Amino acid sequence: MSETATAPAATGAGTYEPRIVAFFCNWCTYTASDLAGVSRLTYAPNTRIIRFMCSGRIDPQFILTALRQGADGVLIGGCHPGDCHYSTGNYRALRRFKLLKKLLAQMGLEPERVRLEWIAASEGDRLQEVTNEMAEQLRRLGPPNLEAIPAPGPGEELPGEVQELEKTEA
Amino acid sequence: MSKPKVGFYWCASCGGCEESVVDLAEGLLDVVAAVDLVFFPVAMDFKREDVEAMADGEMAVCFVNGAIRSDEQREMAELLRAKSQLLIAYGSCSHQGGIPGLANLYSHESLMKYVYEESPSTVNPEKVRPAPETAVPEGATVTLPELDHEVKCLDQVVDVDYYIPGCAPPVSLLSNAVTAVLEDKLPPKGTVLAPDVALCKECPRIDTKPADISLAELKRPSLAELDPEICLLTQGFLCMGPATRSGCGAVCMAANMPCTGCLGPVSHAKDHGGAFIGALGSILSPENEEEIDALLEQIPDPAGTFYRYGLPASRLFARHNRATT
Repeated sequence: MSETATAPAATGAGTYEPRIVAFFCNWCTYTASDLAGVSRLTYAPNTRIIRFMCSGRIDPQFILTALRQGADGVLIGGCHPGDCHYSTGNYRALRRFKLLKKLLAQMGLEPERVRLEWIAASEGDRLQEVTNEMAEQLRRLGPPNLEAIPAPGPGEELPGEVQELEKTEA
Repeated sequence: MSKPKVGFYWCASCGGCEESVVDLAEGLLDVVAAVDLVFFPVAMDFKREDVEAMADGEMAVCFVNGAIRSDEQREMAELLRAKSQLLIAYGSCSHQGGIPGLANLYSHESLMKYVYEESPSTVNPEKVRPAPETAVPEGATVTLPELDHEVKCLDQVVDVDYYIPGCAPPVSLLSNAVTAVLEDKLPPKGTVLAPDVALCKECPRIDTKPADISLAELKRPSLAELDPEICLLTQGFLCMGPATRSGCGAVCMAANMPCTGCLGPVSHAKDHGGAFIGALGSILSPENEEEIDALLEQIPDPAGTFYRYGLPASRLFARHNRATT
């Protein structure tokens, strides 16, 4: 299996179209995308949907691998809090997502690239809205620059806590 | 029959890997009796020319420790690859990037500025920095290796046959590897020469780990008291055991410290940090956003915690194909 990131999908000359890998829960968001389809809602064609039985099954490694292999963004869809088919899977997804976001920010990845939304089976319109919004945001951002090492501004080189320690020691 | 020739070299590392060779103690004498040490600059007087004079593949095995972060280290890695039948990445830095790999979080300029100008222990009013070439009054030009903008693990630079993980590698892994080489009983190429099960399996505290851990708070070893008997993760300390390979004998847990993950992930976990975040998401107890945010405040440096020994090898930062994935 090749690990090399491929060039982002492009349509026509100079137009950049982001590629979004969408991990949707079978019971809510995947059903919502079905509903959006049968309701003939049109929305950005940038998502490639992968169905999971539960958002709690989405290993952070899947998200990292998607980004590594050329996704411009990852959208995770799960059931609203309290509505998980397996009772607590979406809470696990939320905790992993929040921790992963914190890590990705430290590694220099824009926060817009990884998004978690609770979209119930009846919310086809919400799916349309979220997909359009994310596609537009990523279109504005352009492809992720994983080659670039983040360059912190003056005084931001070290985590705040370490800076505090250095001050007390200086 | 002539004895197999063995080399040992260091790149961006601290010297702890060499220490681990010395830790073989009297076992070292058996190794020295069985092999011919032809390159070991830390301990014996060999020069680069000695390696250059060898035929390709002349060394049966070469252990390289340290990450690759300068043109000189890259050249040495390529040279040793050519001269060795087996190239073994030895230690965390060579295996996954190690502590030096954390430099990938910062720009080259900010690192140089901090180290040569701003760090509390530096006095450098002329802001002198190392230059690749400097003309000296005697008329000659002296050269220094140039620091790369990115720290890499060994297999991102050259083809690697085996990996011995650890910071520094446990003595048993080294002696097992040497025995395997001498007896020609090596596993398939690309194998990490350590047990492929999570550290929890060999942890003496495993019996105190409940089936379901539920953590409402996290603790840090420097700020809280550690119970010497109970599973550290259950106590709320971030112990990387569930996502980390065993083979070290759980010596840190025996010394009452949580695992920091130096042996890297087990083979089915492709990303050490991602795997641990996955595990942690299951055992933290808060369910609403505010409580989760408050709890995660207790992890001020996720990259340095979850990728302490493997940032260059992480999914997001690994920019080059591994020989084996």
